[in-house]
Amino acid sequence: MDLNDTPELAEHRAKVRAWLAKHKHEAPVNEGASQVEAEHDIAARRAWQARLTEGGLNGTTWPAEFGGQGLGPLHQVVTNQEIGAAGVPGILDVIGVGMLGPTIIAHGAEEQKERYLLPMLRGDEVWCQLFSEPAAGSDLAAVQTRAKRTETGWVLNGQKVWTTNAQFSQYGLLLARTDPDLPKHKGLTMFIVPMDAPGVTVRPLRQISGDAHFNEVFLDDVAIDEDATVGPVDGGWGVGMTTLMFERVTIGLGGEGFGWRADRFAGSLLAEPGAAEDPEVRHRFGELAADFIALRFTGYRMLTTLQQGRIPGPEGGLAKVTTIKAAIEAGELLADTLGPEALSMEPGGWGKLIADLPGLKSAGGTEEILRNMVGERVLGLPPEPRLDKGVAFKELRAREKRSIGEADRGGERSETGVAS
Amino acid sequence: MNFSLTEEQEFLQEAARGALGRVKTVEAARDALEGAALPDLWPAACEAGWPGMLISEANEGAGLEPIDAMLVFVELGKVLASVPLLGHLPASYLLDRGSEMTSPPALLGELAAGARRAAFVGACPPSGIEDRWTVASLRGPIAADAPTVSGDGSVSGAAFWVPDAPGAASLVVVAMDDAGAPRAVLVDVAGGGVSVEPVTRYDATRTLGHVRLDSAPGTMLDVEPEVIAHAWHLESALLAAESLGAVEYALEVSVAYAKERFTFGRAIGSYQAMKHQLVEILRLLDNARSLMMYAGWAGSDKPDEFALAASAFRAKAGKALEESARIQISVHGGIGATFEHDAPLYFRKAQLSRRLLGGTAGASDRVADELFKQATLEGAL
Repeated sequence: MDLNDTPELAEHRAKVRAWLAKHKHEAPVNEGASQVEAEHDIAARRAWQARLTEGGLNGTTWPAEFGGQGLGPLHQVVTNQEIGAAGVPGILDVIGVGMLGPTIIAHGAEEQKERYLLPMLRGDEVWCQLFSEPAAGSDLAAVQTRAKRTETGWVLNGQKVWTTNAQFSQYGLLLARTDPDLPKHKGLTMFIVPMDAPGVTVRPLRQISGDAHFNEVFLDDVAIDEDATVGPVDGGWGVGMTTLMFERVTIGLGGEGFGWRADRFAGSLLAEPGAAEDPEVRHRFGELAADFIALRFTGYRMLTTLQQGRIPGPEGGLAKVTTIKAAIEAGELLADTLGPEALSMEPGGWGKLIADLPGLKSAGGTEEILRNMVGERVLGLPPEPRLDKGVAFKELRAREKRSIGEADRGGERSETGVAS
Repeated sequence: MNFSLTEEQEFLQEAARGALGRVKTVEAARDALEGAALPDLWPAACEAGWPGMLISEANEGAGLEPIDAMLVFVELGKVLASVPLLGHLPASYLLDRGSEMTSPPALLGELAAGARRAAFVGACPPSGIEDRWTVASLRGPIAADAPTVSGDGSVSGAAFWVPDAPGAASLVVVAMDDAGAPRAVLVDVAGGGVSVEPVTRYDATRTLGHVRLDSAPGTMLDVEPEVIAHAWHLESALLAAESLGAVEYALEVSVAYAKERFTFGRAIGSYQAMKHQLVEILRLLDNARSLMMYAGWAGSDKPDEFALAASAFRAKAGKALEESARIQISVHGGIGATFEHDAPLYFRKAQLSRRLLGGTAGASDRVADELFKQATLEGAL
């Protein structure tokens, strides 16, 4: 067992490190995970993304013909680690470069690749992901945003949600329903939508902390061109699966993840006189710290799998469950130890961490859905019976409405509540 | 970057599975609760070379690493095999690190071959809130002082609930010398002044003993205090690996049952209420596996981190076994809580393991202690 780079990766690391040493003074201030707000911040971050691209520190896994490096995922990890160690921000458009670009590379038309990929990579054009909806999250195939054909192309109507970066994106990749007479997974199509098209409205969505990391996006009679489809019409589900696969990889390669580390929390507790000698603090901290340490080595195990040319299995998703659980315990412990002062939203306070966790629990799929998926795919447990297989989407919606109506009338036709 | 097992390690695991598969260890564990004698697995252990795993090749051992010993313990834990290696391996590890002056090569050769058995009468190293080296007391929350050793090597004192002490011919006792420093002392059980009272408690596969020493003659090994502490953490890591194996078993049988037992017209494993509990075992197991890799790596290459790694492994593997033993019972319904099923045997193992060697709570306290120590050092720089 070792943590050492292969000679090839060591060479890559040296190259990246040398470039950063020479150019890091050009980088904008690192705001960490906090929201990039002001116009000039975004401009600076986009310019920095262009510099990283020119330096060969972006698009590591993209093919060379689209401006990338044509290297493997471990090279990406090394690049991310070095950028982190240099204390400079990474690229602005992680969602575009990490997930949406690779989707276009896999499913897009040649003209689309030529038109969109290079500006995306350089940060000249920023992208957002328009998949989730108020009633289609974990059950993504339930999207209701409707795309109807017109004489010149398509017209879109509906609402998207959880859209990071929508407020300053130039384009969005959008999943919409093109044929409601087909079963839910079949009648979907992927589109490229210009965010400045008439009828697109972006509204920030404020969370427990008061910050708005996400947006809602409303689409009212948005007209787009015939050639805006990515992949086959009514074949959008497969295209979306590609994006979600890259999403998992992007999250998996995030290096230190959210930046929560046992040693950082130890330092904060240590600053409170008496805390490090308190048996209850020690017990609670030891338990959650051991989880964070486990996560670090789970990461190393996943990287080993990648290095051996294999794809880490879906059980990797359980690392997210442990991350959120341990971070919740850390927040609680810090607040219990420091008292109300810990709940400050200012830098140095823990209010934001504590506020972000309940939402993060559902980010990228709720914990319950994740457990279902791992139970079925890893443990081979039988799935819950499904009532939506092979049924036209239109009929599903009609059934939903009927059963809500029945419930309102007192549930006289309910099939549940059977005693054993 | 490489955090996978080598081919040799996979082979070692397979060989252990094969060797243990020849005996009905789980049935024997149940019979032992009724007073039947446990099958003697020591000859099989000797044939596999386990007693000499952590003894260097120069001393006729196999010269393997802590991770290799942990892998064998995973297999022992899976099938509830009772093999007195938990006491033997840390004792032989310590002896192997003494010089020829204090650790006779002939003795090490016998220990490596399994012709003679040793047990480790270890002590828990001090921490930020406990300035003594301590051993388990007979009962109660306060740990007892470790035994003491005089200048002539004779040891006095007591240690309770010591794994594998009964039947061991040599003891390696951690005792405080006149200057208050920890020493590892080799004591011949037949040399007088030693009483080992065998005790069975709750889990009949676990051999335990209360060790009482009354000026028992011994030889102080010339090993450093860090090595003595290392042996303590090694024993914790082995116990953790055994727990991890038991969790693997719990998951396997519970998943199999959830697929074949039907209620209300469908397999119980299709209900989220069941599925989520089974996935919880997998989550805890996977975390414990990652920590075993850390403990294995630190045990060989990062000695400064071994206390942290082994303690984190012990804390999480212990927790995983506790949870999985309970889930295993509830997935099987009422029958899971009866002698008709194996689940109670794993439950009993979980209950006792949690309270041995300073307890899983002691392990999580150690994790905090090590991290606070690191943070203090970094703050001082």
